[in-house]
Amino acid sequence: MANRVVITNGRVLDPSIGLDEVSNIYIMGGRVASIKASASDDSPLEEGAPGLDVIDATGKLVVPGLVDIHTHLREPGYEYKETVSTGAGAAAAGGFTTILCMANTLPVNDNQSVTRYILKQAESAAVRVLPIGAVSLGLKGKTITEMGELKEAGCVAFSDDGMPVKDAGLMRRALEYSAGVGKAIITHAEEPELVRDGVMNEGPVSTRLGLPGIPNVAEDSMIARDIQLAELTGGRLHVAHVSTRGGVDLIRAAQARGVKVTAEVAPHHITLTDSRVIGYDTNAKMNPPLRRDGDIEALIEGLNDGTIGSIATDHAPHSVIEKDVEFACAANGIIGLETAFSLVYGLVLDGRLSLERMVEAMTISPAKAIGLECGSIRVGAAADITIIDLGAEWTVEADSIRSRSKNTPYIGVTMKGRVQQTIVGGKTVFTAS
Amino acid sequence: MQERVVMDEKGIERAIARIAHEVLERNGGSHAIVILGVPTRGYELALRLARRIEDIEGVSVPTGAVDATLYRDDISIKKEAPALKKMDIPIDIDSRVVIIVDDVLFTGRTVRAAMNALMDFGRPHAIQLAALIDRGHRELPIKADYVGKNIPTSMVEAVSVNLKEIDGVNSVVVGTKKSATDPSKDDKE
Amino acid sequence: MPLTNKDMLGIEDLSPEEMELIFDTAESFKEVSAREIKKVPTLRGRTIINLFYEPSTRTRTSFEIAAKRMSADAINISVSTSSAVKGETLKDTARNLEAMKPDCIVVRHASAGTPEMLAKYLNCTVINAGDGAHEHPSQALLDIMTVREKKGRIEGLKVAIIGDIMHSRVARSNIVGFSRLGAEVVVTGPRTLIPVGIEELGCTVAPNTVTAIKDADVIMMLRIQLERQGDSFLPSLREYATLWGLDEEKLKYASDDVIILHPGPINRGVEISSGVADGEYSLILEQVTNGVAIRMALFYLLLGGTRESSA
Repeated sequence: MANRVVITNGRVLDPSIGLDEVSNIYIMGGRVASIKASASDDSPLEEGAPGLDVIDATGKLVVPGLVDIHTHLREPGYEYKETVSTGAGAAAAGGFTTILCMANTLPVNDNQSVTRYILKQAESAAVRVLPIGAVSLGLKGKTITEMGELKEAGCVAFSDDGMPVKDAGLMRRALEYSAGVGKAIITHAEEPELVRDGVMNEGPVSTRLGLPGIPNVAEDSMIARDIQLAELTGGRLHVAHVSTRGGVDLIRAAQARGVKVTAEVAPHHITLTDSRVIGYDTNAKMNPPLRRDGDIEALIEGLNDGTIGSIATDHAPHSVIEKDVEFACAANGIIGLETAFSLVYGLVLDGRLSLERMVEAMTISPAKAIGLECGSIRVGAAADITIIDLGAEWTVEADSIRSRSKNTPYIGVTMKGRVQQTIVGGKTVFTAS
Repeated sequence: MQERVVMDEKGIERAIARIAHEVLERNGGSHAIVILGVPTRGYELALRLARRIEDIEGVSVPTGAVDATLYRDDISIKKEAPALKKMDIPIDIDSRVVIIVDDVLFTGRTVRAAMNALMDFGRPHAIQLAALIDRGHRELPIKADYVGKNIPTSMVEAVSVNLKEIDGVNSVVVGTKKSATDPSKDDKE
Repeated sequence: MPLTNKDMLGIEDLSPEEMELIFDTAESFKEVSAREIKKVPTLRGRTIINLFYEPSTRTRTSFEIAAKRMSADAINISVSTSSAVKGETLKDTARNLEAMKPDCIVVRHASAGTPEMLAKYLNCTVINAGDGAHEHPSQALLDIMTVREKKGRIEGLKVAIIGDIMHSRVARSNIVGFSRLGAEVVVTGPRTLIPVGIEELGCTVAPNTVTAIKDADVIMMLRIQLERQGDSFLPSLREYATLWGLDEEKLKYASDDVIILHPGPINRGVEISSGVADGEYSLILEQVTNGVAIRMALFYLLLGGTRESSA
């Protein structure tokens, strides 16, 4: 591997440094050495010189490596669904260079040994994998974890994601304690008593299909509670996968009065509605459920005005044994790493989101929400870079999915904008074939 | 192939009159008889035959319909389930002489199905068969007891019996199979 | 005119013309059931599997009798656990069933959508015998047929459906069926049991029982599951009976020749008083007779003919 790499003539778009210009990026020792506008760059490129790799990005979009702060990599415990290695491979194909993995593994990542195991697996992975520790032991919602030790071992945030923290008292303590540790709590906001046996969004579609519904207020009420607790404790709260208009409104109001709350939205929640459940496709079953047009409108508005800072995939691999079963019994969630960029870019093409805002929401914004160093190609930063061919069209095919699981409603869908090359620390980890 | 009329209104009338006499002669009167037509046109002919017998004897004969559809042997090979027709057995058929009336006797499969249907309703003393037209090409050992007219045909020909009550005109026409536009005439075996 | 689909998954998929064809065919089969020998050889050699994931005596028996009167071989399979619990995919379930070479599988399942999911994998005909709170098409067809026989029409009738609309597949199928044939459908019940957006299926929601049954030609009383009380959908069965139960007093508001349907079994004294249940308006026994005829008609129309058969 060359010690020196130059990416030439790409449209370099990095909201973290306010750059959007056709530029050459010089990489040395795995870090960004310099960025020069191509038009005025007269440095000799030493074409073919030993030790210099030239990547021609003419006509391509060059952005900081994408950051996904919400994935489920299933290792340890559910390796038949995904492993750190296969999940990282999928991430690389999706243009992500840093991904965070949730704690709902088996055993749960609620102690240092599990954290260290994940990080050990991550050493040989294609992209940077950072673990999220559990809020409560065994995700049981009874006792908070040793957040200090987990941070020490390498956890970058805390979440019981997959399960809400039902006990308000425990959530209060968790926000207080984690504030002392200097890490954010990521909330899976959902009031279980309002969900009950619900399996999809509550509305005319659930009524027609005869499926028990989950009302928006199940999410709204829990977001409201957690915001109030964050306000009380001064803790750092990050709301995972916001799916409702009410949730966006609550977060916007909280941010306006200075509560330390950030939020993310998943690509499927801004591209699909609950009518996708018609036909009982379990790949349209997720938690939170697919909502309605009005919610999508509000979520995109929140993305545009910054209320929802980040886009995160909630990549949730499941095998056929969890998905090809009765709708009510099917597991929640879909894989998302490989389709995220193209799906969100569809909104840019529709004029509903700016490209700059999109890139921000997939790079620097999630990095800041969790307090990570990545998401920027400022000089001196690790050379995590993604090159995208915005003009390329591609069709999602089960056979070419790199994730170990194929549970996605997008198979057969043609999308525009394709990740061309993914570079982690100056090293190419993925090139589109 | 050109369509040709092989029987007109008068011809049909005469044939039914003759069959009425033959039925009475053979069965020694009308007292034990029940006449059952195979819908759609066999049923209309059954009504005509019953009227004619009543004209002669002055007694009304029980008349009804026997729909053989559910007893057909081609339900599983036809493209779709054929429409069901009228089943109307007006009287206990045990120990009676049932006269099945159909418009065209061809392969014999419809009559076989009709006889099986009747067996589910009782045990007739005898079953006799009357057909306005016998066009030949039997595929089962079935023979009509009363025939209006024998018309030798080829397999590619179609015989259409038109009756005023259904078709607005009384006639029997031989044409090519394609020319049969009325689907109700098409599902004859 | 044949039916469009190889399967019978819900009234939602049926046009008014298709429903009329089913009713006309069922009338013919009623005649067969009235005979001394109640059997025709029509579906001889055909195999029908009754696959019931949920206990049901009445519906299963009705399908079984219908199959036998058509001379089909009927096999009953009762399953007490879902595919998910068994660790089997629906595709595996479908493959195992198909290995038995059935011509038709009648599926009852507690989880909405399962018959439709199985039908995607199966080449043979699938008939939905009730799936969760989704649809119960044969029940709605027999209900509508019963009304059609008594009233001579469906169009222009006022049909009131009262009770637990939320958890009722019978209600959903009947709302769609009656409204599609031109009836005015009104539903009512405790607000906790009226699902959001039910109007989109083709009905209006009345605030109380009297408003719903005022001038109604048909009243359908849904069975109330006794456990709804524990789920806080209802404060008590006593109050339910007072507010939503049908008795002679409330019945006075209905049209003089009103008829009453109940998918049974009845909770006497709860959703329907004994006097009303046994009264002259009640057609509960006709519903049972028509149920067999409707199911024979479905077997005939779906299995008679070569279309998509796996045999």
